[in-house]
Amino acid sequence: MPSPTIPIRPATARTQAFEYLTTKKDELVGWARKFSLFPYPFVTACCAMEFMAVSSSPYDTDRFGAALPRFSPRQADLLMVVGTVTHKQAPVLLKVYEQMCEPKWVMAFGVCATSGGFYQNYATVLGIDKIIPVDVYIPGCPPRPEMVIDGIMQLQDKIARSRHPILTRDF
Amino acid sequence: MTTAPTQELLKERLAPAASEVSTAHGVLVIALPAASLLEVVQKLRTEFLFDLFLDVTAVDWLGQTPRFEVVHHFYSTHHHLRVRLKTRVTEQDPTVDSLVSLYGSARFMERECHDMYGIAFRGNPDLRPILLYEGFEGHPLRKDYPKEREQPLVPYRK
Repeated sequence: MPSPTIPIRPATARTQAFEYLTTKKDELVGWARKFSLFPYPFVTACCAMEFMAVSSSPYDTDRFGAALPRFSPRQADLLMVVGTVTHKQAPVLLKVYEQMCEPKWVMAFGVCATSGGFYQNYATVLGIDKIIPVDVYIPGCPPRPEMVIDGIMQLQDKIARSRHPILTRDF
Repeated sequence: MTTAPTQELLKERLAPAASEVSTAHGVLVIALPAASLLEVVQKLRTEFLFDLFLDVTAVDWLGQTPRFEVVHHFYSTHHHLRVRLKTRVTEQDPTVDSLVSLYGSARFMERECHDMYGIAFRGNPDLRPILLYEGFEGHPLRKDYPKEREQPLVPYRK
């Protein structure tokens, strides 16, 4: 399925410039939002090493507009939960999520954030989706940078396809 | 400098207070009753210069009596010797003397041991949870703590 694009009327010989373009509001807003993902790295464990690899220049996540981490949840759109979340830490994660402004998305980075991974004990939360809603899961222990990039692209598709109310609940 | 104590000397000097002395992997292992723990550690600290308190932990021998075995490790940076002390305590009264009067680092290590095994350290002024959180019931490294029992602080989503 081709992803939705914005049809732009090309300049004609008569005008030499864009006069107008037609699109849908949701597509326009979604197109803008999917290329300005400011991630908040909630990094708790060894997956951080792989997060650093993803953030480094060979993988160039700036192609997706998702390279610049904001270390304040109030300025972030994408909560990247990187690593194991314990019960003692769960209130912190919930507070960070609640401090983020709408619209916001959550990525479970690695198998521990996805499902608890190989942990099943008194300490570990078995998947952060028990506490906060998750948009994209990236399994792997740790995931390859290619998988993370694939996850970012899937999230972009999801953002492009979803509704984006901006003025009221219905518009 | 005093003459370096050997394992044989330590064995000889500490044997009266101990119930069993052996060697494992080059470490002197001394089993002793809980009542003489503080006295032996005092001797190690002052007489034999065991200046480094490495760790205190416990072993849960579920089904045996007495149930718990509190294990202390010491190292002497002067003589490069290691000593392990083992003390058995019962399930009804899992109490040993605290070592905070001899080693400041015992405060945190005893808190962890209290978290995980419920060993009470007589004389430690602050046994609040250090790795666990307030309100946690039970002691997770005891053998009868259910593996899958969770005590979440945040209510789960429906």
